[in-house]
Amino acid sequence: MFKKLKRSAEGAGVPHVKGTAGMATVVMPAPSKVTLPMSQHIGAPAQPVVKKGDTVYVGTLVGKAGGFVSANIYASVSGTVLSADPGAVVIESDGNQTPDPAIQPPVVNDRDSLLKAVQACGLVGLGGAGFPTHVKLTAKNIEFLVINGAECEPYLTPDTREFLECSDTIISGIAAVMKYCEIKNCVIGIEANKPDCIAKMTELVKEMPGVTVKTLPSRYPQGAEKNLVENCTGREVPQFGPTGAPGLPADAGCVVMNVTSVSTLGKFLKTGMPLVSKRVTVDGDAIAKPQNVEVAIGTSLQDIVDFCGGIKEGVTLGKVISGGPMMGRAMTDLSSPLIKQNNGLLLFSREKAAIPAPSACIRCGRCINGCPMGLAPVQISEAYTARDYDQLDKLNIGLCVACGTCSFVCPAKRPVTQNMALAKAFYMGELRRKQAEAKAKAEEAAKKAEEGGNK
Amino acid sequence: MENNLIVTSNPHITDNVSTRKLMGNVVISLVPCIIASAMIFGLRALLLTAVTTAACVGFEYLYCMLMKKPNPVGDLSAVVTGIILAMNFPVTLPLWMGIVGAFISIVLVKQLFGGLGYNFANPALVGRIALFSGFSSAMTNWKFPAAAVDQLSSATPLQVADPSALNLMDLFLGVHGGVMGETCALAILIGFVWLVATKTISPAIPVTYLATVAVMSLLCGQNVMVQLLSGGLLFGAVFMATDYVTSPFTLKGKIVFGIGLGIITSAIRFWGNMAEGVSFAILLMNLWVPYINDLTHQVPLGYKKPEKKKEAAK
Repeated sequence: MFKKLKRSAEGAGVPHVKGTAGMATVVMPAPSKVTLPMSQHIGAPAQPVVKKGDTVYVGTLVGKAGGFVSANIYASVSGTVLSADPGAVVIESDGNQTPDPAIQPPVVNDRDSLLKAVQACGLVGLGGAGFPTHVKLTAKNIEFLVINGAECEPYLTPDTREFLECSDTIISGIAAVMKYCEIKNCVIGIEANKPDCIAKMTELVKEMPGVTVKTLPSRYPQGAEKNLVENCTGREVPQFGPTGAPGLPADAGCVVMNVTSVSTLGKFLKTGMPLVSKRVTVDGDAIAKPQNVEVAIGTSLQDIVDFCGGIKEGVTLGKVISGGPMMGRAMTDLSSPLIKQNNGLLLFSREKAAIPAPSACIRCGRCINGCPMGLAPVQISEAYTARDYDQLDKLNIGLCVACGTCSFVCPAKRPVTQNMALAKAFYMGELRRKQAEAKAKAEEAAKKAEEGGNK
Repeated sequence: MENNLIVTSNPHITDNVSTRKLMGNVVISLVPCIIASAMIFGLRALLLTAVTTAACVGFEYLYCMLMKKPNPVGDLSAVVTGIILAMNFPVTLPLWMGIVGAFISIVLVKQLFGGLGYNFANPALVGRIALFSGFSSAMTNWKFPAAAVDQLSSATPLQVADPSALNLMDLFLGVHGGVMGETCALAILIGFVWLVATKTISPAIPVTYLATVAVMSLLCGQNVMVQLLSGGLLFGAVFMATDYVTSPFTLKGKIVFGIGLGIITSAIRFWGNMAEGVSFAILLMNLWVPYINDLTHQVPLGYKKPEKKKEAAK
């Protein structure tokens, strides 16, 4: 009751539609060509280290991390490099999927060697964010490792399949991170709609000290990082960190890893094969054969659709979504390649994709009650319409994670999330401008003071 | 590439709740009141309700047609306003007065301020208050149910000299003088349960409103049950104070709103020269809603008071 007074944060009761949860992963044969973008993560793009005509194998480094906040890119097929430029490396497959002969399991015996291994794996947050994992694990004094197995997006089931098919590498990955990063506790958060995953993990962690499985309510967005931390550990990630930058889970003594990320690390420690393939859920009412497919990174979406039987007969394709229906991105065509953090490819018919026309806001407050961060989308929209920076600051627009809850629950079908994104972009732009102005002013004042002193 | 794919911002699915469904739920929740009013006051109740509602929908349609605005009748909000307005009339009210009330509610209070979502006060409420001021004798021309016992056939229960003589069961079932919708507590409670069960409204406003009136009655030595069951309190608390547009957004705001309503209502009832205070209490609190909204924001996840933030920045 008192918690509700502070912040309702109801989220949204989204439909689950996880029809592919019970389907074992199908491995898609290597496509004839893969396109590996050099920027598949948050941070600096990777630098291509191969040139046209080079022969590469599965797991050969083709893009080297372009800085600390960046990630390596590896060839996902064996074959010949067709082109290599700062934007992307294109490889023609020879169809053999020959692994790179140089590959061997990494030697890990302390924190530094683990972080090196994470970097050598090319690992980024596979839940969708794509944040380089080694950067997160660099934080010191972490008390909780939170494993994100909520999978709150409708349709998507790759994490469910990871729990059921690769539980051994999930466990070995968690054990390695806990041991070498000296984290005492681990909470695996799983939504209640995956009872088989919860049962399996509960059984497996019985013997592991400090590791628990937390059943989360089946309510979107349980997998949003800050909400997950709160629900699994009872801690709130502060709005601002000690430097005044936006707060991170590390500021609350937590580090969050997606279950597939930690499992990928477990696999890498075992085999030395870096991140070259990804399991994605292909679903939606327009695809002939919905299923979970393990796909070589860089495969074009068109190739994946063709592998899944193409578009259902008699259905007009209306929308292609990369990711889940709540936070995924609508694509303009099927030519883009699949990248590391993609976990879903949804194909909606024209009927399913039709968005109802927006009508007047009735001020019901559903967006406010739903917002997992405790923001007031209806008031933020008004402040944005007035381009009122101070009001947006007061309403804490910077906390918006664009989860889509506000638009989903809006009875007037207004594009609230879109307004939130526009408001945040406007706010961040103004904030940077003001910071730059303040900095220039301070420099000028310092210069004047210096000149005055010289006289 | 020509492919006619739809590209929009996330999310790509929406809930099946719509404005029309929410308003439809309110209409359904009012059905017990309509039936009760016909049973207590006779079939003219149905005629007056139908005429008033039709007038509301008609004015909304005509105004938007003349102003070249899209036709909003499908959202059912005018139907809700019409029924609630009619439920605020005594059954004897001339039909033309009902139409005047509809004009005031829909055109003056709702559409002139921008239509649904922009009205500063509850349209039906202002319609009721305007008619009370303009046609006070017609608006208080109570018809008394044949079954009513002596004490209840003299005036509305709030004007009875000795409230302890009132039969609480008659009050609860609504067999006494009053406007059409307000007398039958049972029907109102059925509507309330429906609204809460379908998550159309939060129970916060009605509950805090009634609780505050109960506490104020106790403190002032009034009969609590009589205060709760008589006059427009229940109907106002359930159907008029909970109007989305003119009530606060957050739970905190709703509680402040409900307490404010209870205090003003009790003050008017106990110390004012009017027997009834619900409609003026709601109108007054409607005007405070923007301020309440500004002062009752939720606490965002991870939020710390700005003073601390400044210290940290230093």
